Amino acid sequence: MTPLLKVEDLAKFYGKRVGCAGVSFDLYPGEVMGIVGESGSGKSTLLNCLAGHLAPDTGAVWFDTRAEGLRDTITMNEPERRMLGRTDWAFVHQHARDGLRMNVSAGGNVGERLMAVGARHYGDIRMAAADWLGRVEIHEDRIDDRPTAFSGGMQQRLQIARNLVTGPRLVFMDEPTGGLDVSVQARLLDLLRGLVREMNLSAIIVTHDLAVVRLLADRLMVMKDGHVVETGLTDQVLDDPQHPYSQLLVSSVLQV
Amino acid sequence: MSEYNFAYLDEQTKRMIRRAILKGLATPGYQVPFASREMPMPYGWGTGGVQVSAAILTPADTLKVIDQGADDTTNAVSIRRFFEKTAAVSVTEATGDASVIQTRHRIPEERLREDQIIVYQVPIPEPLRFLEPSEVETRKMHGLEEYGLMHVKLYEDISQHGAIATAYAYPVKVEGRYVMDPSPIPKFDNPKLEMAAIQLFGAGREQRIYAIPPYTKVVSLDFEDHPFEPTKADHACDLCAAENSYLDELITDDQGSRMFMCSDTDYCASRRRQGHVGVKGTVFEGSAT
Repeated sequence: MTPLLKVEDLAKFYGKRVGCAGVSFDLYPGEVMGIVGESGSGKSTLLNCLAGHLAPDTGAVWFDTRAEGLRDTITMNEPERRMLGRTDWAFVHQHARDGLRMNVSAGGNVGERLMAVGARHYGDIRMAAADWLGRVEIHEDRIDDRPTAFSGGMQQRLQIARNLVTGPRLVFMDEPTGGLDVSVQARLLDLLRGLVREMNLSAIIVTHDLAVVRLLADRLMVMKDGHVVETGLTDQVLDDPQHPYSQLLVSSVLQV
Repeated sequence: MSEYNFAYLDEQTKRMIRRAILKGLATPGYQVPFASREMPMPYGWGTGGVQVSAAILTPADTLKVIDQGADDTTNAVSIRRFFEKTAAVSVTEATGDASVIQTRHRIPEERLREDQIIVYQVPIPEPLRFLEPSEVETRKMHGLEEYGLMHVKLYEDISQHGAIATAYAYPVKVEGRYVMDPSPIPKFDNPKLEMAAIQLFGAGREQRIYAIPPYTKVVSLDFEDHPFEPTKADHACDLCAAENSYLDELITDDQGSRMFMCSDTDYCASRRRQGHVGVKGTVFEGSAT
């Protein structure tokens, strides 16, 4: 089986400081991988390098494209990479307002990716938007409201709908539950888990919240100071952490 | 007169603007950056159009200036005087007699010819600006032909108003490549953008020049189920009875009485000279100018 995403020895430096270094892993279709670590450990740098937002200094990121099989997304030209970014890839930002157009209605936000790949039938676009709003539990009569009129949790769900409408195969998520209160987090996680299973999505989730990866991720990568210190199945890493830092991370979770 | 270089601008500046114009004509619809100069009028009064006109005028040209269709409003009169003073070119109000027409907000009703040039004053040349504030990003979108966002604007129109409510500055795609803002002309004028004359667009504050060569394909963007429709007031001109010209609405008293008249004053006047009389019009008096 070919991996959907194959990362080889990826490194990104900010001057002399290490962003992330020596990262290699394979991600298979339908697999969800969590990246955990404290602030400044290089999680977001890694995610942005994978998603093509940052250019890494060394390494390769192979993606199994529909047309031509494995392609290195670092060396592919920009139009192709941006095309991937709005078809086969999706990126869910931590802050919904980074990923949404706040002055465009919810329907327009969801429809944007469809129009970006050539949809030119208003009725069809609107139907797809209404369908997706329903799937992320936003009532259809909010379709013409702007995201500014939405709560934080709704904005985050709208961002997810906007990203998944073109049926991507790989979703990058940067702290998707950050800044939401716990009951809203629980609903969002439930929804994400359902969508991931239903659409057979592969996903890479960056978070510092171990509960999120416990629920969503099949595999886990623990990062510290730009390096991967431990990898393994989620339950294995969380229940029997081997590296001292992983042990610290797991033991630091507050028990209620 | 002798204090000014011909048409106010110095020769080096005119050469720089002509290079931008030629580049614009070679890539229809592409916004060419140029080093816009300070002009003796405020931004928003047509500094871009004036610079383009200054760069293309020759002593043999006849200039016409239109402001919202009219030849006799402040903007039109002052720009016409400006070139009379600095270039000593002859001026006219008749569309057919002009070789260079500078315009704001309208295309003349009379069909333009191959030996004419029309210069548009453009406030904001970037059609994607209202949805994407970053210039870096919009230039990239033009470069990579990523124009989905333009339809998001039209989608918003339909979802809010039930129809595409954009009535002016209606975005067009030029020769199947660049999406372009046709300046704030009413969408009624959009079909006229495929014309025999050379069309030049100047944005002074934003420092951009773009162009449409003669007989270039210009398509107004739309949806399959909401096609583009040029619209005008459903009325005939009250002065000259024209059925097919773009109309201005004028409130005539405090009781809400109103009349409609051609926005193109030259077109209206020439029809009245020919003897056409509208519902509220009178027979044209005075000599034909």
